[in-house]
Amino acid sequence: MKASIENILRKYQHDSTRLMDILLDIQDELGYIPEAYVPHIAELLGLSDADVEQTLSFYHFFSTRPTGKYRIYLNNSVVAYMMGRSEVAAAFEEALGIKFGQVTPDGRVGLFETSCIGMNDQEPAAIINNVIFPCLTPFRVREIVRDIKENKPVEEMINYQYGEGQNASEMVRSMVSNNIRKVGPVLDPHYKVGEALKKVISMSPEEVIEEIKKSNIRGRGGAGFPTGLKWEFCRKAHGEKKYIFCNADEGEPGTFKDRVILTELPRLLLEGMIIAGYAVGATEGILYVRYEYRYLKKYLEEILENARKKNYLGKSILGKEGFDFDIRIQFGAGAYVCGEESALIESAEGKRGEPRDRPPFPVEKGYLGMPTVVNNVETFCSVVKIILNGGEWYKSFGTEQSTGTKLLSISGDCRYPGVYEVAWGFSVNDILDMVGASKNQVQAVQVGGPSGSLIEPDEFNRILGYEDLSTGGSLIIFGHHRDLIREVVLNFTNFFIDESCGSCSTCRIVPVLLRNKIEKILNARGVEKDLDEMLEWAKLLKASRCGLGQTAGNPVVTSIKNFRHLYERMIQKNKEYDAGFDLQAAIRDGAEATGRIPIV
Amino acid sequence: MAEKKIIATTSLAGCFGCHMSLLDIDERMLDLIEVVEFNKSPINDIKKFTRKCDIGLIEGGCCNSENVHVLKLFRESCKILVAVGECAIMGGLPAMRNGIPLKECIDEAYLNGITVHANVNKTVPNDPELPVLLDKVYPCSAVVKIDYSIPGCPPHADLLWATLYALVTGKETEIPYEVFKYD
Repeated sequence: MKASIENILRKYQHDSTRLMDILLDIQDELGYIPEAYVPHIAELLGLSDADVEQTLSFYHFFSTRPTGKYRIYLNNSVVAYMMGRSEVAAAFEEALGIKFGQVTPDGRVGLFETSCIGMNDQEPAAIINNVIFPCLTPFRVREIVRDIKENKPVEEMINYQYGEGQNASEMVRSMVSNNIRKVGPVLDPHYKVGEALKKVISMSPEEVIEEIKKSNIRGRGGAGFPTGLKWEFCRKAHGEKKYIFCNADEGEPGTFKDRVILTELPRLLLEGMIIAGYAVGATEGILYVRYEYRYLKKYLEEILENARKKNYLGKSILGKEGFDFDIRIQFGAGAYVCGEESALIESAEGKRGEPRDRPPFPVEKGYLGMPTVVNNVETFCSVVKIILNGGEWYKSFGTEQSTGTKLLSISGDCRYPGVYEVAWGFSVNDILDMVGASKNQVQAVQVGGPSGSLIEPDEFNRILGYEDLSTGGSLIIFGHHRDLIREVVLNFTNFFIDESCGSCSTCRIVPVLLRNKIEKILNARGVEKDLDEMLEWAKLLKASRCGLGQTAGNPVVTSIKNFRHLYERMIQKNKEYDAGFDLQAAIRDGAEATGRIPIV
Repeated sequence: MAEKKIIATTSLAGCFGCHMSLLDIDERMLDLIEVVEFNKSPINDIKKFTRKCDIGLIEGGCCNSENVHVLKLFRESCKILVAVGECAIMGGLPAMRNGIPLKECIDEAYLNGITVHANVNKTVPNDPELPVLLDKVYPCSAVVKIDYSIPGCPPHADLLWATLYALVTGKETEIPYEVFKYD
């Protein structure tokens, strides 16, 4: 066993900053990472045991105990539940005879929960040994478990056929569907690889940045920082090496557009990164992909290899002297917070995905302390089209402050969930019409995932754009039959509790307090004061270091603001104070442990 | 002279350290009993409330069912309820067991602990007279409404004195920083 670890370490030249890859490789080989290996790994990498342990313990998909030959991770996002996740979960437990978090007694199958896996348009979905199983039903679950019992390889457990487009290609072979419902300049299928790159090398880097600035494009990850400005800062920053990061860690529940780009237009994305490298003067690019998309690994690696063969990557790209750039893929291991750019960089350096204090910003001191540009998948794709058609052309889409188009990931109670590319400036009403959701049946729309806002019908005339409803692209639609507080707000709050990196006490504590309050209200023990306290406490979250912590109270805050009546009707009207304490529940464990029938 | 205020005190899941600190007000105790009368309290050993009280002082959080009953009784019987000390306010030292399942705590204490020798029948205390342990230790505010909290482990005698005096006389009081600074 030690020999195989040494092989893996040698593959990464004993580079401690590649700890993520090292652990991922060990996990792939053994199915888990025995704690007993930690001192050995640490010694060979020149790290302390604690350095290795903290990375190992941080990520959801790393396990220090055997997780089975078949590892089932069932998504627990809001939309999964809306589409029948409870029945699917029960079917798994029944067919396997174990609960979630357990491994079968024979050690063959492990059953686990996981946060949104980027399949909201085809829920409930599970990942089994890196293969995605979308659109699960209890019937399908029993088929899968039967196949598992017959020892069938997961790759052969196909229900009927592969998904459309590249999902069916030799290198992917996935049951995932793209569900592209509306295309625009970014998703345009007539894209010709390398055209923009050829144009770019006839321009100076400054001219490239100028064109990007002219387009007014802002970052598509959600924060909306002007891309041209970011590139300019990085170009001007001093550093012996510069890096381009593509953030493909889309972990915001409800977002899945990057999955579609990575599947259908990975060359467009790479071209954007190469252009950024040229403009900024970077020599290395890192494509950080979330672990959940590991089924695309072989496919993406082959595309990189082909790009090298065509000299789109490598030395003197397309004959341009001094234009050297290459890209490697960095996989995550399951942590939403790594979508935050400085946490993403930390993770790519082999550490816990904890956001850094800023300043300095990554454009000054990023990956390995060098100037680094981090952009979203969609931003890089848009850049290619800006180079091809010009900044002025790009500005013809969208609004004054929000130029261009946006890929929306739409899911929930609508007829056609999927990816839609629309110009900024669409109203929520337009979107509901577009996706087949009848307005009088929609109770609420979650714009921008759990960290965004839950808006009510009176606000459906608001428009998508940085000036009004800013969004990274996730829209989840809830019909009138949904219990917004129990099904949505509670689920989102639990999500933030699970995904907090634990660094700031505000983010570690306040969401738990909020969850307790919601549960108290759901248990009919709430009073008016609880609502005011929740709003007050949520303000504390603003003291957190990163966006995750700062927005962790948004599900509670926006739902109280827009749907206060839903809370009001559950709280006790003529009671000023109720601690919500339940003596019967509190003595249950004690009575059981001592064999008592409690008299209270 | 105005009517004396009625005070009740109790120690729940605490160590009586806060009560000891109250005794540390020394000769001021004589001033105190000029203006207050103690009802149910370990200080005078009155076991049951004999009347409605003005101020209830609670030491300790709730670790068993009896603590909960006593605390609720205090809430019903006292106009103002004050959490005194870390355990009453936050659960304190006893709450260190909150991270460990109750069954494990009991097994360690009565069955598996290295100092357990005499328990040959391997029993855990389960007499019906005993209160039942709660799944975790709760601060007082998780069970009833608490009006004021006096921090400290234990709170400084001067702090107890100043707070009590202010509550009894209804006059605002200046408390020097040193009196509630604990580090």
